[in-house]
Amino acid sequence: MKAKIIITPKKAVVDPQGITVKKALEHMGYSGVTGVHIGKYIEIDLAPGTDKAAASKALNDAAHKLLSNPVIEDYKLEISE
Amino acid sequence: MAVRKHLCALCASVAKIKMNFSVLQFPASNCDQDAVHAVRHFGHSARLVWHKDASLGDADCVIVPGGFSYGDYLRCGAIARFSPVMQAVKQFADNGGLVIGICNGFQVLTESHLLPGALIRNRDLQFHCENIFLKTATNDSPFTSQIPAGKILRVPIAHGEGCYFADEETLAKLKANNQILWQYCDATGNLTDTANPNGALLNIAGICNEKRNVAGLMPHPERACEPLLGSDDGKWIFESIFAALKNKTVAAA
Repeated sequence: MKAKIIITPKKAVVDPQGITVKKALEHMGYSGVTGVHIGKYIEIDLAPGTDKAAASKALNDAAHKLLSNPVIEDYKLEISE
Repeated sequence: MAVRKHLCALCASVAKIKMNFSVLQFPASNCDQDAVHAVRHFGHSARLVWHKDASLGDADCVIVPGGFSYGDYLRCGAIARFSPVMQAVKQFADNGGLVIGICNGFQVLTESHLLPGALIRNRDLQFHCENIFLKTATNDSPFTSQIPAGKILRVPIAHGEGCYFADEETLAKLKANNQILWQYCDATGNLTDTANPNGALLNIAGICNEKRNVAGLMPHPERACEPLLGSDDGKWIFESIFAALKNKTVAAA
């Protein structure tokens, strides 16, 4: 069982990495790019047979407290078999 | 003669009440010794407190020093926040104790929710290691009270993630409560965009909490306490803390 957490900067937060990469893409000739947002991807291995609802609750708590900073970041959590 | 000598020593000790500073030490803190040196340079006591310790000891003030606690993994200060010592710091702050976070220490304090907002990547993605100028926005705090009016402080910065961010509501609250303590400015005190090394909102270099007993700043006053180091402007921040602690001690006596 795996949990996947994708963390992205909040829209109101300036993302200099995203801006720089967007400029680089434009410079390389990739057209039509209207925005680049750079975040983090965290994969967490869970013991087989873990209760999905309980894991989701615990990981949302962890994502809120440690894995992301709600002041500047949003996150998406997915749990797969 | 001996009696007079003894009396003089007594007078001196009354005039100079020695304060105890606890300087936290996380894995990869690297300004802890600088902070200890600065405190001792001014004749006060400083001791290092390891991050696994659950007690701060007999502390009048806590310094959360600069560095790269836990290798800056995940986010700067994110993991240090859960160190046992930070529980003690939170309690110390809740009881009104003075806490100052410098650079990484500022990041640790925002991650710990002891200070509002967050510190994000510098807008130009560069690590800035240079002297900057600071304007003191208010003298109404234990960290700024002794800074002479109009004095522009020249102190170093050394960070890659010092861009202060807070949502509009938080910023409005910071302004309304006079919680912005220091702002980046040019040599004559103008808050310009070019004087802002990292893109911090409102040129914010340092703030305090609503109770005004916890402060954080990205610049390093502890590295600017002796003329030999190029500037001793940082002393004004330390002198403010000493004065606040002295008032507290006198009030409690």
